[in-house]
Amino acid sequence: MSTFTIDKAGPTRKVKLGSMSRDRTWALRWSYFFLVLFAIFSLVPPIYMLITSLKGSAEISSATNPWWVFHPTLSNYVELLTSNQYLRFFLNSAMVSVFVVTITMLISVPAAFALARMKFWGSATLATGVFLTYLVPDSLLFIPLFKMFATIGDWTGIQLINRWYVLLFIYPTLTVPFCTWIMIGYFASIPKELDEAAIIDGASWFQTLTRIFIPVALPGLIAATIFAFTVSWAQFLYPMVFTTSTDQLVLPAGIITTLIKGDVFNWGQIMTGALLGAAPPLIIYAFLMDYYIAGLTAGATKG
Amino acid sequence: MADVTLRKVIKRYDDVEAVRGIDLDIADHEFVVLVGPSGCGKSTTLRMIAGLEDITGGDIMIGGDVVNDVPPKDRDIAMVFQNYALYPHMTVAENMSFGLRLKHYPKAEIKSRVTEAARMLDITDLIDRKPKQLSGGQRQRVAMGRAIVRNPKVFLFDEPLSNLDAKLRVQMRIEIKKVHQKVRTTTVYVTHDQVEAMTLADRVVVMNHGRIEQIGTPNELYHHPATRFVAGFIGSPAMNLLPCRLEEAGGQLSVRLADRLALPLPPARAARYRAIPRGEKLLLGIRPEHITEARMHPEPGFETFDTVLDVTEPMGMETLIYFTLEGVEVCGRVNPNAGARDGAPLRLAVDLNNMHLLNEGTGVVL
Repeated sequence: MSTFTIDKAGPTRKVKLGSMSRDRTWALRWSYFFLVLFAIFSLVPPIYMLITSLKGSAEISSATNPWWVFHPTLSNYVELLTSNQYLRFFLNSAMVSVFVVTITMLISVPAAFALARMKFWGSATLATGVFLTYLVPDSLLFIPLFKMFATIGDWTGIQLINRWYVLLFIYPTLTVPFCTWIMIGYFASIPKELDEAAIIDGASWFQTLTRIFIPVALPGLIAATIFAFTVSWAQFLYPMVFTTSTDQLVLPAGIITTLIKGDVFNWGQIMTGALLGAAPPLIIYAFLMDYYIAGLTAGATKG
Repeated sequence: MADVTLRKVIKRYDDVEAVRGIDLDIADHEFVVLVGPSGCGKSTTLRMIAGLEDITGGDIMIGGDVVNDVPPKDRDIAMVFQNYALYPHMTVAENMSFGLRLKHYPKAEIKSRVTEAARMLDITDLIDRKPKQLSGGQRQRVAMGRAIVRNPKVFLFDEPLSNLDAKLRVQMRIEIKKVHQKVRTTTVYVTHDQVEAMTLADRVVVMNHGRIEQIGTPNELYHHPATRFVAGFIGSPAMNLLPCRLEEAGGQLSVRLADRLALPLPPARAARYRAIPRGEKLLLGIRPEHITEARMHPEPGFETFDTVLDVTEPMGMETLIYFTLEGVEVCGRVNPNAGARDGAPLRLAVDLNNMHLLNEGTGVVL
């Protein structure tokens, strides 16, 4: 009987880095370089806003280093957050955005489902038409829209101009086409067999939409929601045109209208107001990005 | 449980006729497989039975009731799809119970049905998983479970095994057969794989160009194909089809394949083919297993000839041989010990007791 030993050690030769990994290293370095560059570029304005918001009026107008705060003060924040006017803008913005998002989703999700799944006469043309309406810029639309609402006011006596809720009719002209379009894309990517299975299981169209399509297309739904919210939160032109009374204004219009008096710019409060106004979208983005939903459709069909 | 009847069913898409008037009677408890090449209309037929496609003409009856205009959910059918079509956001149990929950079955009933189906399919441990955590075979089991819990009148399978790898396919094939033995639900199964069709079916329906070529048990189709298409489609390797003519010399009928090669017909075959006009263009159909190595003492009906092999494929229990006869490649099956080698000469025997004669023009088996 012979004995033998098994050398358990693997090869000791040092594995040389292949060209693939060297390419990758360089690609990473370049991407970091450009990402940092881009981050600096896009972060400069908010940082400048933050710095300015912490200064008093005297310091802002003095010829000191604009990138440094010598006498930090929270007076701008205190003034804005205790002013009913600013809080009213905030509330108006919030109401408009929440309603617009709701209206948009209630219209565009069923619309997208119908256009993506129920083949009916003219559905393809209609889908393209929906997208085309999005291509018309708001700077072209605001005059005819204003005229429209004025005429409606004349005919029916229902005064919509200079009411915050007029925006609930106007913003969807921007949000509905785009959200419908992206939801069509998401719904179209759901395998046909999935709704056929649901139909055979006894689901109605409505149940197929609510119990299969909406949960499966949740990433798309959230993307559309974010878009609709951002558009209605940041929209500037329409509220400037359609609302004028200070109690009807939303944030972007309110800040410009009330914090610029003649040729006097209250820079400290303008910056503070804008910064605070940017917070809600920022929080929503941060929250939803963490909400891990990608890959939800994996496993529906052959993976 | 119910029988399914198709009467002159037609499906037309714009100007393309996908299904051209088919008649089919499927008995209660029967397992029927629709088989054919892609585009033959088999899936369309299944989808029409399911109600996922409207029918252009004819009648479809399930359990004696015409269901032409009945929506899928009211036809009491269940369908298993090629790509499983599981709801990705639901667990296995939720997937299986979705149909029952929509119909507001009592919770206890749903639970017992799901448990029973899961046990039958051996997926009890997977009941709380999401589809993405399952392998292909497990997903297909869940899809079958979803069909079983509904306890429908008819099961419809649309190429359910095509996405699985070869080994798993064989396994799942047996699984499907076992399930059918247990639940005995009338089943219509679509596949392009003739092996699947042969192994699963009580009766096979061979379709081509939107028409039914032949309906029969697997053995009937294999041994008595009605047309050239069925003869070529069923069986692997396919039946050899060689151009030939009938000739008669001194009362002995024989098929002439080439100048040098004429095969005298055994008496039973000769009697059957005597009425065919001499000189008509025919095809001799011979399955590979009926071309074997020549034995020392040939049986009646076996005719021997010499050839040189082109290629051999050793399969273990047999060796497939390929040679050329009058420009047509012919396949035979010989014993692994018969000495078949690439490029080597070999004496072969053809069993004419199992021959077929086809009309070359019409493709009909005579």
